[in-house]
Amino acid sequence: MATPTAETSAAPTPRAAPIQAPRVNVSAAPAVATPTRISIEHVNAFYGQKQALFDVNLQIPDNAVTAFIGASGCGKSTLLRCLNRMNDTISGARVEGQIRLDGVDINSPAVDPVQVRTRIGMVFQKPSPFPMSIYDNVAFGARTHKLAATKTDLDAIVEKSLRGAALWDEVKDRLNKSGLGLSGGQQQRLVIARTLAVSPAVILMDEPCSALDPIATAHIESLIDELRKHTCIVIVTHSMAQAARVSQRTAFFHMGQLIESGLTDQIFTAPKLEQTQDYITGRFG
Amino acid sequence: MKQLTPAGRARYFRRQLIDRLMGGLCVLAAGIGLVLLALILWMLFSKGMGGLSLDVFTKTMSQPGSGGGLANAIIGSLLQVGIGAMLGAPIGMMVGVYLSEVGKESRFAQVVRFVNDILLSAPSVLIGMFVYQIAVLPFGGFSGFAGSIALAIIAMPIVARTTEDILRLVPQAYRDGAVALGSRENEVVRKVVLPAAFGGILTGILLAVARIAGETAPLLFTSLGSDTMSLDMTQPMASIPMAIVRYSNTNYADWIALAWTGAMLITVGVLVLNILSRLSFAAVSKQGG
Amino acid sequence: MSSAMNTATPAAKHTAIGARKLHPADTAFRLSLLSAGAIVVIVLLSILTIMFIGGKLAFDTFGLGFIWGTEWNPVTKIYGALPAITGTLITAALALLIAWPIGFGIAFFLTEICPVRLRTPLGVAIELLAAVPSIVYGMWGFFVLAPFMSEYVQPWLTATFIWIPPIGDSFFWFTAPPIGVGLLTASLILAIMILPFIAATTRDVLQQTPQLLKDGAYAMGATRWEALTGAVIPSVRGSLFGAVFLGLGRALGETMAVVFVIGNAIRMPDSIMAPSATIASVVANNFPEAEPGTLDLAVLLALGFLLFVVSFGVLAVARLLLRQERMS
Repeated sequence: MATPTAETSAAPTPRAAPIQAPRVNVSAAPAVATPTRISIEHVNAFYGQKQALFDVNLQIPDNAVTAFIGASGCGKSTLLRCLNRMNDTISGARVEGQIRLDGVDINSPAVDPVQVRTRIGMVFQKPSPFPMSIYDNVAFGARTHKLAATKTDLDAIVEKSLRGAALWDEVKDRLNKSGLGLSGGQQQRLVIARTLAVSPAVILMDEPCSALDPIATAHIESLIDELRKHTCIVIVTHSMAQAARVSQRTAFFHMGQLIESGLTDQIFTAPKLEQTQDYITGRFG
Repeated sequence: MKQLTPAGRARYFRRQLIDRLMGGLCVLAAGIGLVLLALILWMLFSKGMGGLSLDVFTKTMSQPGSGGGLANAIIGSLLQVGIGAMLGAPIGMMVGVYLSEVGKESRFAQVVRFVNDILLSAPSVLIGMFVYQIAVLPFGGFSGFAGSIALAIIAMPIVARTTEDILRLVPQAYRDGAVALGSRENEVVRKVVLPAAFGGILTGILLAVARIAGETAPLLFTSLGSDTMSLDMTQPMASIPMAIVRYSNTNYADWIALAWTGAMLITVGVLVLNILSRLSFAAVSKQGG
Repeated sequence: MSSAMNTATPAAKHTAIGARKLHPADTAFRLSLLSAGAIVVIVLLSILTIMFIGGKLAFDTFGLGFIWGTEWNPVTKIYGALPAITGTLITAALALLIAWPIGFGIAFFLTEICPVRLRTPLGVAIELLAAVPSIVYGMWGFFVLAPFMSEYVQPWLTATFIWIPPIGDSFFWFTAPPIGVGLLTASLILAIMILPFIAATTRDVLQQTPQLLKDGAYAMGATRWEALTGAVIPSVRGSLFGAVFLGLGRALGETMAVVFVIGNAIRMPDSIMAPSATIASVVANNFPEAEPGTLDLAVLLALGFLLFVVSFGVLAVARLLLRQERMS
């Protein structure tokens, strides 16, 4: 590989800056330039002695889907877990640098990680509803944060969230049945509904379709496209095709470094760096 | 296939012979063991059924030959075991939660886990002596409550161990999901992890109850036993195991028959609890999968 | 747990979040769980301390000689623990010697030989038998096994093995009045009692071995027995010993199964069939009569302390052996 580690981490800004300014709009995105929702500055992450991320800088815009791509162990999932402080739950995990959500440093001692996670929802690789009824699954976050004063309010939140996750019509007659009885794709949409119930500004998705069949995947992808209109979405994916289909922006990671980021169309058609080209074409070819 | 040389064939036969021989010995061992144990159970039931009558459940101990029962012992056992479980199970559960959710592999958690394992198999007679020193001597005598404390100390590590084992089976995804929704640690455990593991924890508690229901040695030093019906936990209290001890160390045929009946009752109780716990665990596993 | 926090001002470039602050509700939650964990440790330490304090009078009176004193006389108030210790060790060792091969046989039978359809029901049956209260075994021993021993087994043993030379000038192996109760009967009952336990734990250990290991051995043309001795046993040797030590721990401290059939004679045994006593049986038999504050009671607590120390050692070894395997 031609790009040495030291070089990229030493001078990340000059290369990153022109790409990251979101001047051009994506094909499917609204005609207005969207503001930055999350700004990642000089982020290093460690698991114990092992460094997993090296000086990552990235702006994530609102009302768009940003895809993180790269080989296994490249750090894309680590960065995702930094964004809602999920790494707090792993002992020995450490994060340096600044991650700002709407200008507020989420790692500041004044910030409660619970508030961060309320604003930033997360959907995991394996669909895993809680072992409780569909209704209770969706109501879980709303109950935790006391978002509903009455049962009617809670019902409304549950219905709105399930509709938002395009699941309502399939489950409205069996809300009291266990969420584990649903199909894989439905379970993943249930988890999305569960996340929507807290009305997050950002939704993080960690390979949300890797455990699903193509039809369920298509469902989730169209749902993601729908959700993007109101939220900022970050998706980690192994599938180049998926990144190309659902995202407006793409960030390519390699061995803990952000190699290249920019508009998806541009990354896929005319990557600036050979390394990105190699990865993308390698996957396609 | 290649022909074996004579030496090779001899070796082959010797290996086969050893295999058959050892296999045969194992079958024999299994046969002896199972037959022996079946024999004990069969004898227990045949002798126990002989003394079984309504009186066993309605009458208290009385003079030999006048047809007494085990009512006070049954009530005493239920009380002591019940209170013992109520004291020991919650602490045991908390220990299990601590080990699985908070302490994990920290140094203190490893100490607790190790000590808990030791307590789990420590001779129960010692726990009886310990409780005698802390709850019988200072409070002026044997009491049902002291019996319950001894049983609680025996139940606690069992519940702790099973709770930890069960909680470790709860998928990490449940915890991550709850954390990602902004739940605090205590909410994650109380609202997601514990409900998901409820059936398994119940299994552990049932097993602990089964274990303490049959314990005799600790009661010898704590609640001692009593010939009369008593619900007063501050006084000596009867129990089925202690009644068995008292009835079998005599020469009266009807008392010995009652002892067998008591032994049968306690065995049936213990086995039923064990089977129930298995069924509840099977139900949970099915639901989880 | 929260420790040093970085005082990150907006200007600060780096913020460490390895350390983090806990919400009060979580702090309370952790503290309550932590104290539950502490209770476990406190209970164990208290048992050790209280037994030692209670037995201190005995250690003060007899010194370390208490452990190897052979005389036990409540009238002259001379107490030596050796008879009870000897009885405990002999019964536990004999029980293990009888139960382990059979238990291992059952375990191997259940994992390899038994028809698959019968494995679960038989395995469950064994586990259920392990749950039968020990007093039931004691009763059975007293009412059934002891008479059988005195009537058939002991006379036969005496007649058959009278030629075995004694150890020193006092220990005649099988020469004793055939009264049914004694070391041999107690060992048999203990063996029967720990048999299902050993079988169940050993089966668990054997089942843990990866099928791949066995398949590897079979693929090289090993017989069932060769796969067991060559591939399975070496990989789980520690755990197998752990199971044995757990059984030993049970046998050492068992009370009710022994009290009924040991004969309760606190003296150095002169035959494997002689009435004897174990620490647990001595304690159980004499505790009710021992007055608080007397040497009589202190001696029993001191015996309990010794039993605890020995059991602790045995169980610690068992757990370490079992855990080691679990880790790897």
